Amino acid sequence: MKFEEPAGQNLFDRAKIVGKSTPRIDGPLKVSGRAPYAYERHDVAPNQAYGWIVGSAIAKGRITAMNLADARRAPGVLGIVAATEHKPVGTSRFNHAPLFGGTEIAHYHQAIAVVVAETFEQARAAAGLIRTEYADGEGSFDLAKVAPGAPLASEKLPDYNRLGDFQAAFASAPVTVDQRYTTPDEAHAMMEPFATIAAWEGDALTIWTSNQMVAWSKRALASILGMPADKIRVDSPYVGGGFGGKLFIRADAVMAALAAKAVNRPVKLAMQRPLMFNNSTHRPATIQRVRLGAGRDGRITAIAHENWSGNITGEDGENATLQTPKLYTGANRLLENRTAQLDLPEGNAMRAPGEAPGHMALEVAMDELAEALGMDPVELRIVNDAKGNLPGEPEMKISDRNLERCLRTGAERFGWSARKAAPAQMREGRKLVGLGVAAGYRAAPTQKSAARVSLGADGTIAVETDMTDIGTGSYTIIAQTAAEAMGVPLNRVRVDLGDSLSPVSAGSGGQWGAASSTAGVYAACVNLRRMIGEKLGFDGDAATFANGHATLGEQSHALSDAGALSATGEMEFGAFQKEYDIGTYAAHFAEVAVDAYTGETSIRRMLSVCDAGRIINPLSARSQVIGAMVMAAGATLTEDLHVDKRFGYFANHDLASYEVPVHADIPSQECIFLDTLDPMISPLKAKGVGELGICGPGAAIANAVYNATGIRMRDYPLTLDKYLDRLPAIA
Amino acid sequence: MRSFTYERAATPADAARAVASHPNAKFIAGGTNLLDLMKLEIETPAHLIDVGQLGLDRIEKAGDGIRIGTLVSNTALSAHERVREDYPVLTRAIQAGASGQLRNKATTGGNLLQRTRCIYFYDTNMPCNKRAPGSGCAAIGGISRQLGVIGTSDACIATYPGDMAVAMRVLDAAVETIRPDGTMRSIPIADFHRLWGDTPHIETVLEPGELITHVYLPKPLGGKQFYAKVRDRRSYAFALVSVAAVIQPDGTGWVAFGGVAPKPWRVPEADAMLPHGAKAVVDRAFADARPTEDNAFKIPLARRTLAGVLADAKA
Ligand SMILES: Cc1cc2nc3c(=O)[nH]c(=O)nc-3n(C[C@H](O)[C@H](O)[C@H](O)COP(=O)(O)OP(=O)(O)OC[C@H]3O[C@@H](n4cnc5c(N)ncnc54)[C@H](O)[C@@H]3O)c2cc1C
Ligand code: SF4
Repeated sequence: MKFEEPAGQNLFDRAKIVGKSTPRIDGPLKVSGRAPYAYERHDVAPNQAYGWIVGSAIAKGRITAMNLADARRAPGVLGIVAATEHKPVGTSRFNHAPLFGGTEIAHYHQAIAVVVAETFEQARAAAGLIRTEYADGEGSFDLAKVAPGAPLASEKLPDYNRLGDFQAAFASAPVTVDQRYTTPDEAHAMMEPFATIAAWEGDALTIWTSNQMVAWSKRALASILGMPADKIRVDSPYVGGGFGGKLFIRADAVMAALAAKAVNRPVKLAMQRPLMFNNSTHRPATIQRVRLGAGRDGRITAIAHENWSGNITGEDGENATLQTPKLYTGANRLLENRTAQLDLPEGNAMRAPGEAPGHMALEVAMDELAEALGMDPVELRIVNDAKGNLPGEPEMKISDRNLERCLRTGAERFGWSARKAAPAQMREGRKLVGLGVAAGYRAAPTQKSAARVSLGADGTIAVETDMTDIGTGSYTIIAQTAAEAMGVPLNRVRVDLGDSLSPVSAGSGGQWGAASSTAGVYAACVNLRRMIGEKLGFDGDAATFANGHATLGEQSHALSDAGALSATGEMEFGAFQKEYDIGTYAAHFAEVAVDAYTGETSIRRMLSVCDAGRIINPLSARSQVIGAMVMAAGATLTEDLHVDKRFGYFANHDLASYEVPVHADIPSQECIFLDTLDPMISPLKAKGVGELGICGPGAAIANAVYNATGIRMRDYPLTLDKYLDRLPAIA
Repeated sequence: MRSFTYERAATPADAARAVASHPNAKFIAGGTNLLDLMKLEIETPAHLIDVGQLGLDRIEKAGDGIRIGTLVSNTALSAHERVREDYPVLTRAIQAGASGQLRNKATTGGNLLQRTRCIYFYDTNMPCNKRAPGSGCAAIGGISRQLGVIGTSDACIATYPGDMAVAMRVLDAAVETIRPDGTMRSIPIADFHRLWGDTPHIETVLEPGELITHVYLPKPLGGKQFYAKVRDRRSYAFALVSVAAVIQPDGTGWVAFGGVAPKPWRVPEADAMLPHGAKAVVDRAFADARPTEDNAFKIPLARRTLAGVLADAKA
């Protein structure tokens, strides 16, 4: 099925299930421990042995010797696959750093061996007996040092980078802001580590793993292991958090596969937590310069956003400029994105790549501009909100955008009018109190997506697709979509996800999963309805499916009358979408209290008002948005991978020292969805929200800290050591 | 983790003897610190003596004060009625630490002996004089924001990271022990933890095999009692700086600082400055500080944290 024109009135506009808050259908399994995660799939293959990954002790250089003798002799050891004895595995287009690269070391904790034993404890103990010698190499680890020489990154996107004459417009603007901001390297720090069980049957490989993109990963693993993709099965029904860290095949899958081959037994392994920060991918640090020029009426005439980040390849850094041409018009524009080569671990996608740190600079710059103009920051954003068309090359139509409504609704609900425009005016005892706002933009991409929908002889519906549920609620929205389209109650729908034997879906990434996968399920349902019609002698397209029956005119049949049937369908998204900027929008508000003595910042309240088309399941969408707000709070206040520039690695590589927020950091969060529909996105008119929620709340917090203290900080995270000396003097 | 053997001791004297008679043995209590360190092969004991069954799990009145058995959990100690009423600084300090689950498991003696949280100590690929004597100190010239500003040495700049002991320091607690030869002694908490010097791997004055049996708290101090712990997130983090203070109505009192030194940091001459305000106290207490560029903020932070405590004491 092809989505070739804007969606008109359709069954989802009369929906009874889609659009209603629906508890997760997989919830009971999860809370009772019956939803096994990759490492817990004890029954999928008999006789599983345990693997333990050994990581490189240096960041750059090569291994000169590995003494494996003691480890091989250790109790229970079945085999060791070591870098000195194994040729480097291949690469895939998704990975930048070698996953098992022989003796050349490209980054700290690169996998250099896997030890396999009868028990987990034996594998771990034996791994401790491996003695590795290295020749240290020179590496480049300091972004600030190499950024000035970094080349422009090649852009694969439409060219929004230049518009008019920025330099001239900025020079003549009556009010300007010109500031630099930095964001640190960040870790996904998902709860479930990378984990895989691998088993070979002849030359065919199955991995039971934890992965967001099953079809990508099947292809990638084939290319890494140098084997045909059709000999690989990837199964990832439950994922304990990914945030982009599990978009790709990582060392767990590769090492488990190699180990299983070596010992001729299924092997299970999970990456130990201390390796999760350097062996994996991360969000690269950025240095950003934002220049804004505006007239006294607040209208931006010149807008420039320059970005520097680094990556192991010197390409594909963190492009923090992405949201800038989308959020604000401005007749003159300059965007530049540069990537330097660094020998740190691989940088790659993390929740709203580019946009998450981009908002942390742009939306603080907007706050600075509002102050320079003496204008309310909400009004400033409304004045500059892109309406109708999005200027650029090519100029684009905007599909459906309600940013102004987000801002106005949020301002009212949050009590924005209580904010004092001048900073450091609100004091409650020891606490300096402040309010902040930021706007948010995240693109709403789609990817073609397929599913198989089957009707059982008993009238139940089963959906199979390789779509993943990374905690987001995919199971439930897919069930809702199928129930709605087939006219059966939710509890008559079964959903099986994450198996590469099923039709290929969009997968979970880039906030495209919800919109795309439900459209694919809808396409399959349309085909199934036709099949049912053919079987029973009516036009399936014209019939109404409701209450377990298909009805057309006088005719009405119970679905079970059709007997067991199965249809696949795929939604492809037509070229007309390219004429539109299809985005999601938000207004984020935060109230903070900063201790005037110690500088400790507490978030008191957060609110996000989101515009993302139809919200298929408000309950799980809300949990996506508030989760993203938590992640934004972490990025703003605490999270920071500390680069040890001497040794070239992220030194705080565990959950004690990489501080994600705890419950006590997040007392109260609200999320409001506007009741909008976007007919350009899919028949469901629904866009994703999972990444929108992290685009802006951080800046709202930073702006609230400024409003509270009068101290403007531009280097994240905003830890108290950075501003202690600027707090009010004490006795 | 290396494999190890395990036994359960029946009496305190047996336990002490057992550790002394094995070449590479350790006590295990709650295990919340030791097992983590063993998994990472930072600690590699060949034999563990479980002290969990020694019956040292009571809090008793003793003279004007109380005696706390070493196995009293952090949860039980902080919730104990006498502690809450007479030593509230201790309740607050304990509850500012770790998490509910950990405090249920963590014991009094184990908490006193918890090891540093220096990130290089935790990574066995890195040089660390405390973990591998003589290998160097990766933190010097490295990432030291969390580490010590005073009482440190050229060999090691780590901190004692705990909270409970900071309150105990202000209360002038004493650590009671039994040695392998059966003799017992009482060690003032001021003397219990050592400064690193050239031997950062030796962290307390305990002798090999010496078992902590009790902690004694002398007569309650009265006054207003505070534990202010400053950290980057609101819970489940070690202190950047903490302040344990007992302040009398006349402005005199006692104060100890956590997160800054190899031991709970208290300078009696600085206590005497309390009536003159936070700056006077901190100037005296940190007169010999040798912070790094990354952690120099801890000294003004200590001053500001104490100032906040003194302001609250007046309120
Ligand atoms: C994630 C995490 C966060 C934490 N946060 C904090 C915090 O914020 N503040 C804080 O103060 N603490 C914190 N802790 C530390 C925690 O309080 C300690 O791990 C705990 O108190 C140790 O007690 P235990 O009984 O488990 O000791 P164990 O791990 O059993 O033993 C620790 C050491 O003491 C020795 N030992 C134990 N009992 C005796 C005895 N009777 N005599 C002689 N030696 C003995 C052992 O041999 C071992 O060397 C945290 C710990 C974790 C894991
Ligand atoms: S500060 Fe101490 S614990 Fe940290 S690396 Fe140096 S010697 Fe080791």
